[in-house]
Amino acid sequence: MLRLPGASPRTPGHLISAADLSRDDAVLILDTAEELARVADRPIKKLPTLRGRTVVNLFFEDSTRTRISFEAAAKRLSADVINFSAKGSSVSKGESLKDTALTLEAMGADAVVIRHPASGAPYRLATSGWIDGAVVNAGDGTHEHPTQALLDAFTLRRRLVGADTGIGRDLEGRRITIVGDVLHSRVARSNVLLLHTLGARVTLVAPPTLVPIGVEHWPCEVSYDLDRVLPGSDAVMMLRVQRERMNAAFFPTEREYSRRYGLHGDRMGRMPEHSVVMHPGPMNRGMEITAEVADSDRCTAVEQVANGVSIRMAVLYLLLGGNEPAVNQNSQARVRTDSHARTDSRTEESK
Amino acid sequence: MDTGTTDSPADSPGAARPVLEAPDIARALTRIAHEIVERAKGADDVVLLGIPTRGVYLARRLAEKLAGITGRPVPVGSLDITMYRDDLRLRPTRALARTDIPGDGVDGRLVVLVDDVLFSGRTIRAALDALGDLGRPRAVQLAVLVDRGHRELPIRADYVGKNIPTSLRETVKVQLAEEDGRDTVLLGLQRPAASGEQ
Repeated sequence: MLRLPGASPRTPGHLISAADLSRDDAVLILDTAEELARVADRPIKKLPTLRGRTVVNLFFEDSTRTRISFEAAAKRLSADVINFSAKGSSVSKGESLKDTALTLEAMGADAVVIRHPASGAPYRLATSGWIDGAVVNAGDGTHEHPTQALLDAFTLRRRLVGADTGIGRDLEGRRITIVGDVLHSRVARSNVLLLHTLGARVTLVAPPTLVPIGVEHWPCEVSYDLDRVLPGSDAVMMLRVQRERMNAAFFPTEREYSRRYGLHGDRMGRMPEHSVVMHPGPMNRGMEITAEVADSDRCTAVEQVANGVSIRMAVLYLLLGGNEPAVNQNSQARVRTDSHARTDSRTEESK
Repeated sequence: MDTGTTDSPADSPGAARPVLEAPDIARALTRIAHEIVERAKGADDVVLLGIPTRGVYLARRLAEKLAGITGRPVPVGSLDITMYRDDLRLRPTRALARTDIPGDGVDGRLVVLVDDVLFSGRTIRAALDALGDLGRPRAVQLAVLVDRGHRELPIRADYVGKNIPTSLRETVKVQLAEEDGRDTVLLGLQRPAASGEQ
């Protein structure tokens, strides 16, 4: 494919599912995030890279941390941010996704970050031809939440491998346990796919009623006994019990759930010394996690929020930074990660 | 850029002619180190920042030589300019390199930027922007191993290892032991624009 600089329109890349990322794509995103994380320590926490680009946060579902995280990430890269939430917009008057998308297109959105209660809405937006920009899935129904999985993998790599020593490396051989409401969790789904891609061994622990149908086709193991899995886990990821989706009797009482699948101080004591406790937030203290665990040094919940900004900066940069996205393209557009190619091109093109 | 098949001898890497060898590079760096000490009157507040990839190795070598001359360790770091480039939108997204600023920062210090080849000057323009976001140095100077001319911006180097007049059809390639296994500067001919990118 012949591409002249600036002549042809950008080919948009999208981030819809963690399954679309190859191991190299994922490691590139983590490495880029590692460099961008250092921007947070500077006096001026801003880079000029996406000046003049517009990122629309299109949120059809309530969210604080994901929206704020994407907003902070876009602003740190100097992009213009437009926040669009369904409440108080024309969507509450009955506007369809298509018409909303066409409106955004007319306003010149370079990227649309979408959260939607319907699984598949971001895919529809990316493949319908309604908009030209990049589409980033910020959580769709019970399907996927790829940037959350990326920031979890980033947090894991920093804690288990090391921030500097982790560059270029994956999570080969690490044992990650995901506990809780897997059925309703897009976070779990994306994490299973991404962590598997990165070489980790994932075990799901949940009451049988909260394990989705078809889980045997997922690249992970399933257990119903938390105490048996804990001693062999490098990290335990506690999922939020999603009260808003508990419209059927999935478990007898909250107390019973908490006793069998909640993480408390005693259980944490049985985990290996180096292991960490993760939670995507918001936490239900006393339900899936006790305050003692949530406030301990091993709990990475706050760290995950900070890492979320770095990961989202990396995703936005890799999708919008050049004339072709660096991830999730079929062929040509891969960034040149091998150092020789990179330095060669720099020396010749641009000194 | 160098991965395509080559069909004429002028295009092959073998046709590239070495213009500087390892001893020349070592001598040039020693001279630059002495010049820095002379101009900075002792190099008390000098911070060396290399521009990835090869500028970083050159900065480390310069720091060693400066420490040898002054008897004090000289802070050395790296400054990635990718996010500040003016041609980001013209090509596929680039991977980032490490920015590593020494502990005491750059405020009030004499920052010497170090790069391998000075060509259009656009890299240095980007480096100055990047530096501006990191602090306010007392002064900024530029040291390069090779100045090949063809500036597109009003930028010049304070310390030059060697001036190599080139034509735009020629390429200058610096190889350093840390990255390429040997120290040399090669002067070659550009491949015809087969990639379609330039």
